[in-house]
Amino acid sequence: MLELRQITKRFGDVLANDHVNIVVKPGTIHAIVGENGAGKSTAMRIAYGFYTPDSGEIVVDGQVRDIKSPHDAIALGIGMVHQHFMLVETMTVAENIVLGAEPGSAFALDLKSAAAQIRQLSEEFKLAVNPNEPVEHLSVGQQQRVELLKALYRHARLLILDEPTAVLTPLEVEEFFGILRRMREQGKTVIIITHKLSEVLAISDEVTVMRDGKVVGGVQTKDTNAAELARMMVGREVLLRVEKPEPHVGGPALELRNLSVLTATGAKRVDNLTFEVRSGEIVGIAGVEGNGQTELIEALAGLVEPAQITGEIRADGRNINGLGARVRRELGIAHIPEDRHRRGLLLDFSLAENSILGVHYRPPIAAYAGNIFLDENAIQRRATEIIEGFDVRPRNAALPARALSGGNQQKLIIGREYHVNPKVLLVSQPTRGVDIGAIEFIHRQLVSLRDKGCAILLVSAELEEVTSLSDRLLIIHEGRIAGEVDPKVATLEEIGLLMTRGH
Amino acid sequence: MRDVFTLSLIASTIRLATPLVLAALGGLFSERSGVINIALEGKMLAGAFTAAAVTYAADSKLGMGNASPWIGLLAGVLAGLIIAAIYAVTCIKFKADQVVSGAAINILMIGIPGFLGGALFLSSGSTPQIPKDHLLPQSPAVIAIAILVLVAAIWYVLYKTPFGLRLRAVGEKPEAADAAGVSVSRLRYSGVLLAGVLAGLGGAYLSIGQSSLFTRNMTAGRGFIALAALIFGKWRPVQTLLACLLFGFTEAVSIQMQGVFKLPSGEDIPVQFIQMVPYVLTIVVLAGFIGSSRPPRALGIPYQKEK
Amino acid sequence: MKTIARELLFPLIAVVAAFIVGGILILLVGDNPIVAYRLLLGSALSWPDGIGYTLFHATPLIFTGLAVLVGFRCGLFNIGAEGQLYIAAFATAWVGITLANWPPLVLVPLCFAAAILSGALWAAIPGVLKARFGSHEVINTIMLNFIAVALVSYFTQYHYRVPGDPIMQTATIGEGAHIARFGQFVPGFPERIPLNIAFLLALLCCLLVYLFLWRTKWGYEIRATGSNPSAAEYGGISIRKQIVLAMAVSGALAGMVGINEVLGYRYRYYDGFSDNYGFTGIAVALLGRNHPVGVIFAALLFAMLQHGGIYVDGFSEHVTKDIVQVLQGIIILFVAAESFFKWLVGRSGSSQRLRVN
Repeated sequence: MLELRQITKRFGDVLANDHVNIVVKPGTIHAIVGENGAGKSTAMRIAYGFYTPDSGEIVVDGQVRDIKSPHDAIALGIGMVHQHFMLVETMTVAENIVLGAEPGSAFALDLKSAAAQIRQLSEEFKLAVNPNEPVEHLSVGQQQRVELLKALYRHARLLILDEPTAVLTPLEVEEFFGILRRMREQGKTVIIITHKLSEVLAISDEVTVMRDGKVVGGVQTKDTNAAELARMMVGREVLLRVEKPEPHVGGPALELRNLSVLTATGAKRVDNLTFEVRSGEIVGIAGVEGNGQTELIEALAGLVEPAQITGEIRADGRNINGLGARVRRELGIAHIPEDRHRRGLLLDFSLAENSILGVHYRPPIAAYAGNIFLDENAIQRRATEIIEGFDVRPRNAALPARALSGGNQQKLIIGREYHVNPKVLLVSQPTRGVDIGAIEFIHRQLVSLRDKGCAILLVSAELEEVTSLSDRLLIIHEGRIAGEVDPKVATLEEIGLLMTRGH
Repeated sequence: MRDVFTLSLIASTIRLATPLVLAALGGLFSERSGVINIALEGKMLAGAFTAAAVTYAADSKLGMGNASPWIGLLAGVLAGLIIAAIYAVTCIKFKADQVVSGAAINILMIGIPGFLGGALFLSSGSTPQIPKDHLLPQSPAVIAIAILVLVAAIWYVLYKTPFGLRLRAVGEKPEAADAAGVSVSRLRYSGVLLAGVLAGLGGAYLSIGQSSLFTRNMTAGRGFIALAALIFGKWRPVQTLLACLLFGFTEAVSIQMQGVFKLPSGEDIPVQFIQMVPYVLTIVVLAGFIGSSRPPRALGIPYQKEK
Repeated sequence: MKTIARELLFPLIAVVAAFIVGGILILLVGDNPIVAYRLLLGSALSWPDGIGYTLFHATPLIFTGLAVLVGFRCGLFNIGAEGQLYIAAFATAWVGITLANWPPLVLVPLCFAAAILSGALWAAIPGVLKARFGSHEVINTIMLNFIAVALVSYFTQYHYRVPGDPIMQTATIGEGAHIARFGQFVPGFPERIPLNIAFLLALLCCLLVYLFLWRTKWGYEIRATGSNPSAAEYGGISIRKQIVLAMAVSGALAGMVGINEVLGYRYRYYDGFSDNYGFTGIAVALLGRNHPVGVIFAALLFAMLQHGGIYVDGFSEHVTKDIVQVLQGIIILFVAAESFFKWLVGRSGSSQRLRVN
């Protein structure tokens, strides 16, 4: 029904899809699995016309098609439900569903017949909704049903669902599976993009596994099992295993007790976490992205509104709840952020100016006339120390941060945080988008910091990295700790299963 | 005695509110599609000047008599459309900052009428006077009905047609519209061009309906009051109409009713305080003090697809 | 060096392109563009009148240009310079009238303070509204412009006018508040030209703004907020504080227009004195690439246009002084659309719009 042939797509210097080949047979439920960043969403967004491929072809029903926009895809019978719902919250269910294909004439929107048609589809596929309800009042599960109805209303024969169960409760997931089965009975073809292996095994007919932008395998679901899929998903050539001495562990430098973090809209992302990080050790948190790691680190760094946090955070025995980012820095908590472009760097500023972010307001950087004026020499000194100490290239402190490669940008950030001699370091995805040589360097720096007595909390989606660097390893799943393993002995499969299954 | 005051006050309110209503509703289409429109002032000026100039030309040079104001009206609308087109291309195609571009249009429109006026009429920016019987209909009743019909039509278009649905979607969540196969840029162009049409119409009424010529900087900030009314009216047609009537009323009061409303001490309320009312109200509403003021969520953000 | 050349290129292109378009318009109305432009720009170069008046006209534009610049560097759009300078001018006059008999050594600084503080205060209002309620500063500053004008007009009309004076202006300020005109210390320079030491103050402010933004920690925090609020927050900077601070500084700069106007020129508050200084300040800041040095050049250009406008009006057949606004508007349009060219080349704009949630 749908075939992607040699699809290649590049975003900047990231190769999101590398000669991807996927064949989806009609009337099946086909799962595409892989970790975050594997390229699954990108490939499907190309199929739906959101992106155009740099090279390759899309074949629909045996014919090569040029899909330049969602409009073209919809005309071919392809529908997509995105991970982040594309619904206009202030409008009703009916209005959202018919948007773009409104019944009635150009002069009169016929919402009544729309509602009737929706009810009919609702019946057929057992997707219960109230057409006249504003979307913002609906639960997440209900919103998803609206998204499905949107595609069905446009006569989709192929439905692409991106991480459909990410936001559902277990009960809703069961209902959801029922819906998928019914669609298959009705002759529809379904593609689900997911990283949840248990669901893949429960509902799909065929599986395609992707990793680092490439397809690494395609199997019949009945012929495989979770362990094999996990290995295909996360395994890679064993990279450099970091040589590290035994840790000299001290007292607890960072303690979490019953920590929960909510989003601004009240959804719980971090659920009752309790653990500690002692000085001189690296505690790793492994997990598929989107399981609460981001919120955890931001809450610890002081970048989340106190109203959204319950529980206790202690640094060096002292309760730091409610203290802002600046105070936490002053207490010795440094942070290497997950998104270096958004959080970590002022891209239009020079390397020198970036090197003082966080310490710019006090001596030795702000030193003259009552600590108001910046000491240019001190800035240059610091910039040079960081650039040379951390091998940042090109070695020109006047360049804008934007001009550096990802790896060098990351080295700059790490050097900057290293230089405040932190007692606690929060690190998230330290080597994402970084070249091999820089990865090794960064790993060595983290170990060296650990040996100076720093307590490091390392979040990483790269299993190799987090297992080789951590002294203790926690697995996070849906905001909770799914388990703790000894990184020296745990197998990748064991960890992969905890990451994707939660137990 | 009181009755005479009230009647003429209502008539004044209608006449003064009309250009506001037209411009504000134009701004409605633009902002509902997600494009900030502070260039209403400029579009009104374009419409006012062109309408007056063309009406005068049609009347005295071409001798078209009673048809002149209608030709002028059409010309005014066209002028608003052209200015809006420039604004639309700059903001939508070139993704320029909408506020900066709007400010540019306003500055441009302080100059262009005067420039062309000086060239065509050898004046310092005004057009020559047009005889009273060759202007747009003057009766407040006629105008009131026309405005009501227009508001009703706009309300209908916005809420009861596919076009209106798509326009609103594009202003709230362009990604959703894009995913549904709707062209975001096409709808935004429509919104801005409609703003030009209506604002041009409002300006035209100002010069050949409410008065009989165009003078330099004739709108005197009305485009901004229209924008204020739009915000005060929470971007909804009927509420915007009411806001315009309120602001028109305050202007009518400040002109006509000197000496009617008094302070407890017996002195007149200075006219400046009455003039301030629309602006203070808008600030208060925008800060959320009177109900929640939620603009279209995607307002002011150029839509970019590839992430 | 390459970046400086690139930074200069765009405004230059915008100006040249605007003059070309303007030239076409002039042709359309039947005049010779070369002649018109020579009148427009040439009149600004005569001594002492051309240069004197040009520098005098440039003074308020430098102040408002700096005001808008500081706002932009924080990601804020201060369209309220017009209102801020009106409030400041009146406040200055008020101090000058009320304390008319005080010695200059005390009175002049007090008048300065009045201008600076009142402008800062008027600008802090939309700053606080944005920081606290998230309401957009563009609309609020526009509204406050109108309120300011009405407020000041009220005070002038009802309380500070000289009885019997038909013109809407206040009484004169005390002699002690006058600041020196160039004619008083430059040999050969007539005193009738209102160019005064406020111009030197403007130049000083350019230096101060530069030092403030690029050499102090406060300026660093403002620029960081404007460049990337998320990263600024990560670095421990309070976004809300920066918004209010940037607006206050911006308003203070706009307010200094009052010093030029009241203490150096008319010696009273004259209703409606501002020839769109606030809006032109936006053009000046944008054309000057949001940098103090650029602001000086842009202000001089616009001042030349403003001064030349009167000559063009008088000496050409069809072209009126409105050509000045036309050129200004086209320049800004091209500068605004220039961000499209930058986007083509792969960089994003210099400051993003700031949103508070």
